[in-house]
Amino acid sequence: MAAKTLYDKLWDAHLVQQRDDGSALIYIDRHIVHEVTSPQAFEGLRMAGRTPWRVDSVLATPDHNVPTTVKERASGISGIEDPVSLIQVKTLDDNCDEFGIVEYKINDQRQGIVHVIGPESGACLPGMTIVCGDSHTATNGALGALAHGIGTSEVEHVLATQTLVAKKMKNMLIRVDGELGEGVTPKDVVLAIIAKIGTAGGTGYAVEFGGDVFRAMSMEGRMTVCNMAIEAGARAGMVAVDDITINYVKGRAYAPSGDVWERAVEAWRDLKSDEGAHFDEVVVLNGAEIMPQVSWGTSPEMVVGVHDNVPDPAAETDAVKREGMARALEYMGLNAGQRIADIKLDRVFIGSCTNSRIEDIRAAAEVVKGRKKADSVKQAMVVPGSGLVKAQAEAEGLDKIFVEAGFEWREPGCSMCLAMNADKLGSGEHCASTSNRNFEGRQGYGGRTHLVSPAMAAAAGVAGHFVDVREFVRG
Amino acid sequence: MKPFTQVTGIVAPMDRANVDTDMIIPKQFLKSIKRTGFGKNLFDELRYLDVGQPDQDCTGRPINEEFPLNQARYQGAEILLTRKNFGCGSSREHAPWALDDYGFRCIIAPSFADIFYNNCFKNGLLPLILSEEIVEQLFQQMYQTEGYQLTVDLQSQQVVTPSGETFAFEIDEFRKHCLLNGLDDIGLTLEQADAIKAYESERRVSAPWLFDAVKN
Repeated sequence: MAAKTLYDKLWDAHLVQQRDDGSALIYIDRHIVHEVTSPQAFEGLRMAGRTPWRVDSVLATPDHNVPTTVKERASGISGIEDPVSLIQVKTLDDNCDEFGIVEYKINDQRQGIVHVIGPESGACLPGMTIVCGDSHTATNGALGALAHGIGTSEVEHVLATQTLVAKKMKNMLIRVDGELGEGVTPKDVVLAIIAKIGTAGGTGYAVEFGGDVFRAMSMEGRMTVCNMAIEAGARAGMVAVDDITINYVKGRAYAPSGDVWERAVEAWRDLKSDEGAHFDEVVVLNGAEIMPQVSWGTSPEMVVGVHDNVPDPAAETDAVKREGMARALEYMGLNAGQRIADIKLDRVFIGSCTNSRIEDIRAAAEVVKGRKKADSVKQAMVVPGSGLVKAQAEAEGLDKIFVEAGFEWREPGCSMCLAMNADKLGSGEHCASTSNRNFEGRQGYGGRTHLVSPAMAAAAGVAGHFVDVREFVRG
Repeated sequence: MKPFTQVTGIVAPMDRANVDTDMIIPKQFLKSIKRTGFGKNLFDELRYLDVGQPDQDCTGRPINEEFPLNQARYQGAEILLTRKNFGCGSSREHAPWALDDYGFRCIIAPSFADIFYNNCFKNGLLPLILSEEIVEQLFQQMYQTEGYQLTVDLQSQQVVTPSGETFAFEIDEFRKHCLLNGLDDIGLTLEQADAIKAYESERRVSAPWLFDAVKN
């Protein structure tokens, strides 16, 4: 039998029908739904008189529009002050009630960002195909699953048929060898990868992240990396199953138990690329060379090490790229050659489906502990990824560390990652953000996003400008 | 879905690479629970000089005169000409909905982001790939000729310039078939319901943990 990649195995196991023209029908095991990309899909079902194929394969929660202040959240859905957001969240509730879909509603403790609650609840398991109308669904690939984002028409298609029409992607291996330096985090790893291959480098590929660095990485860290596969153009990113995966899944609410658990684990042990499996593309990085990263522009590939300077477009030979860089500098209000450490921050955002898990909150708290937010920073916000992450952090006293340092401790949701709720940047404001996109206007009209790790964001919040968190902690 | 066969129309430029879906349709407009009405907010942050709000009447808003879609020569454009990696970022189908609602039928670029590319076909919109050299050539011709039009013929997979020059393009057979006939994907897939059920029954036995119900 030919050696297979992890992606080949996941694809083959879910193939319902291969067509002559290269397209295929793929079975979907898990479907996660949120309020923004689902209303038109439910409406489509209703208009065609269709019902969900396997309703108990679906889990829903509102995350993009939910407010994160204690005050607005206290009164549940009626506390949403923005009337348009309120309608969207209410529509999700109504659709889930009508079609019989389990939904973690706004003030359910299990509510949170879709890509946080999937793995956390055990609804997303190794070996599954997982979709959601959200490009960051690849997060779940950390479990050794085939997970990717889909559009609303496909949300409707999966609801109605439990399948997707798909075409097999190519295989890419991104290997990070060696060991990461102290204080260098999974976020820095993925930003370094995107800087290397570009935002379209992974287009058309399913990416497997391998090598020593990933074998040593926690599940939370693997999720951070897989989450941003789409920022490198790849719909799906994944990591092979090992003991770290299995220990993470064990005991979760929807994880199997007893004999079925044993059978599942046996099957999951095979979820890795075979020796000698063929990858169409292999990219290799040396873990020891990765520095804490900071994005300077308006695309996630516009990123440099914290000790570097803002690059000069004049040095770029590709004309389209050069114009893009020049436009980015203008939008960001930065000058070529400027030191990254000299960028002053107006706000700090720690959260999002990239970096809002317990490990991220702990890393930020460790930096902030016993220190104070810089006076020049208007706001530093910590938004846990789910109600359960929030509860865990509070049980560890992390919320108090943030509040004592002048950071705000919020309720779970997508928040300022995309600013669909009230949490947003003002025009011209610079933000150290643990989110995933630094596009123009992403965090608010005219807002200037710098993507960093939780520890780097926390340190920037204390210093008021970017600092190398490794030197900062050493004092 | 409306079929796509042949379009002859004015070409408008979006002359930059990596146009992301946040730029195509900013987040505040995603709060709508409808599929239509996004056209007036297409490229909102570039088109207007103020911050747009959902459900706003856009007729009195200050416009950015420098933005091509606001210029007389590009009015009524049905073909958008752009650079590499168009549609990157968020999976929001509101992006193709906005392009379609504005009146575009075809986007020509050297490459597209995967999810956006896929979403276009669900909405009768043709994302068409030509080499960077040809795209550059089309940009030059378009800038030089007011009212510049192209003909896109899906059946013969050709783009025809006003001078009669033709460029061939590739497209998957299945997608072409669905687009030409305006076919509803779901209906087609449901014709395979027996195959889906057969797959499911086998998997329920071999991997039962995949079928545990999500319960409250």
